[in-house]
Amino acid sequence: MTDAEKKLYLKRVREKFFFVLCGLFMLLTIAVLSWILFDVISKGYSTINWTFLTDRPREQMTAGGIWPAIVGTFYVASLTIIISVPLGITSAIYLNEYASKGTLVRIIRLSIRNLSGVPSIVYGLFGLGLFAATLGLGTSLITAALTLSIMSLPWVITASEEALKAVPQSFREGGLALGATKWQTIRQLVLPNAIPGMATGSILALARAAGETAPIILTGAAFFLPALPSSLGDRFMAMPYHLYILATQHMSPAQVRPIAYATALVLIALVMALNLAAIVWRYRIRKRQIW
Amino acid sequence: MAQVDEHDVGRSQSINQAADGAYARRVREELLQQSSRSNLANFLLEKFFMLSGMLTIIILLLILVFLLQNSWPALQEVGIAEFLIGQRWMPSSPEPGFGALPLILSSLFVTTGALIMAVPWAVASAVYLGEVAPVKIREILKPVIEVLEIFPSVVLGFIALVVLGPILAEVFNLSSGLIGLSGAIILAIMTLPTIISISEDALKSVPKEFKEASASLGATRWETVRYVSLPAASSGIVAAIMLGFGRAVGETMAVLMAIGNALDMPLKEVLGIPLPTLMQSMRTLTATIAIEGSDVPWGSTHYHALFVIGLILFVITFAVNLVSDIMLSRFQEVNRSD
Repeated sequence: MTDAEKKLYLKRVREKFFFVLCGLFMLLTIAVLSWILFDVISKGYSTINWTFLTDRPREQMTAGGIWPAIVGTFYVASLTIIISVPLGITSAIYLNEYASKGTLVRIIRLSIRNLSGVPSIVYGLFGLGLFAATLGLGTSLITAALTLSIMSLPWVITASEEALKAVPQSFREGGLALGATKWQTIRQLVLPNAIPGMATGSILALARAAGETAPIILTGAAFFLPALPSSLGDRFMAMPYHLYILATQHMSPAQVRPIAYATALVLIALVMALNLAAIVWRYRIRKRQIW
Repeated sequence: MAQVDEHDVGRSQSINQAADGAYARRVREELLQQSSRSNLANFLLEKFFMLSGMLTIIILLLILVFLLQNSWPALQEVGIAEFLIGQRWMPSSPEPGFGALPLILSSLFVTTGALIMAVPWAVASAVYLGEVAPVKIREILKPVIEVLEIFPSVVLGFIALVVLGPILAEVFNLSSGLIGLSGAIILAIMTLPTIISISEDALKSVPKEFKEASASLGATRWETVRYVSLPAASSGIVAAIMLGFGRAVGETMAVLMAIGNALDMPLKEVLGIPLPTLMQSMRTLTATIAIEGSDVPWGSTHYHALFVIGLILFVITFAVNLVSDIMLSRFQEVNRSD
């Protein structure tokens, strides 16, 4: 081998080495993910049965099921979406349809990005101070939902804006050319085509809100309740908080470990199912789009 | 029409012509009126949308004002210096201590430890995704990484508690594995998706001409990545790391469950010099709010002290996010003008 050939050969070896190294790191990422999933599924699935899903916790949470926690999570996440989606969509309509580029829009975008970086526990503290203490709503379902909806607002706005951006400009021009007003154009041409995208974005926000723990600890999640919440002012049980309690606050953690694993599995399954639904839905919309 | 006829009865001009003129005028007026009415409606609608667009600014300001207002009593009573350099956090004891330094240091050390692990890991993964992996594999891997992002943090905390902790206890021969390192590992895993996806975007936005020029000069693909793509994408990657930092420092549940929450200073003396350590139980800023916030008496000094902690967190994350934001937008502009 000549020197030049040798040099080239070494270069190729080095390239292979580093690329394989990068691949190994990627593999490690996948391995960690699969390991967590495998651990939760393998230790959780045997506890899950119909009774577990539909019964309330019994004998100091060492037996029975997690029905109140499932219902609580369902309530708080749905309320969150009911509050945050209309607000988020109107914000997105302003940003994408009405606003012209300028300082105001820059500041709005900056605050959206900063809001999405605020730690969830700070939202919890804010919700505790504003809704629970100052506005007198107490630690309750509505306080937690308001807190979570403020937290999920940036996600909903971003997703809705994406959906609006995906509607071709020619739709708007066509509407205006036919003499429609701006609002008529938005209402009858832009929104109908953006709503599926907004809906999938909202489902993703719902999934994230359902998995959040830190804000609801401060604003209304309860350790244990014998009855389901019957009004917005009631406290509630929630799956993430229930898992936290089972894992850290219970007197005999080893005894409730299987129930904790099963709760984790149900929570993961719920969050993933919502995400999967959103992804499949989005895929089907894209396929149906004619533009 | 009727009105027009009444007025025009006595005129010598052709009634028809006058009526036509008046009719046209009326139609014009009506249309104008209609359009001004719809103009008004459109105007109000636009203002309504603008108001809701400004909602996020209002909320952000509200959070800041609220944190400041609620921290104020505690800051006044205890003093900001005590919060920042005091070493004893005992807010509910008869002789309360409000020193948040152990909490601040724990947050910083755990987060830094997490980034030391996550950054090489994530950047290498991003290089693999963006530069090495065939398209088909990339299409599979990207959603898989997104799955990691949607894991509820409480589940990861649970895994740290029941799986990672015992492993660490055995490896390092400790009585409990609920130490800073455990939290750092979990945080590293949690920040991976953020850093990977933004770094990959940064690598992708490096102009193709750069890579082509490098290849035409005889560089291998690795040399192109190492000496062209990575440096060109570096400010984007740094922004990604900062976003990861912001996310990690604000993470609550996973850390809370992983690190044992002891209130000692996270320092270990080696030859008389206190050095940062992750090998002991510690408690972060976020965990403190979560642990104490649910049963603190509203309005007490302790309650206001928790808002001080919230304020510290808000300031840290706000600053980090702002800087990374500026870096990312500048990075995007540079690449666009290319």
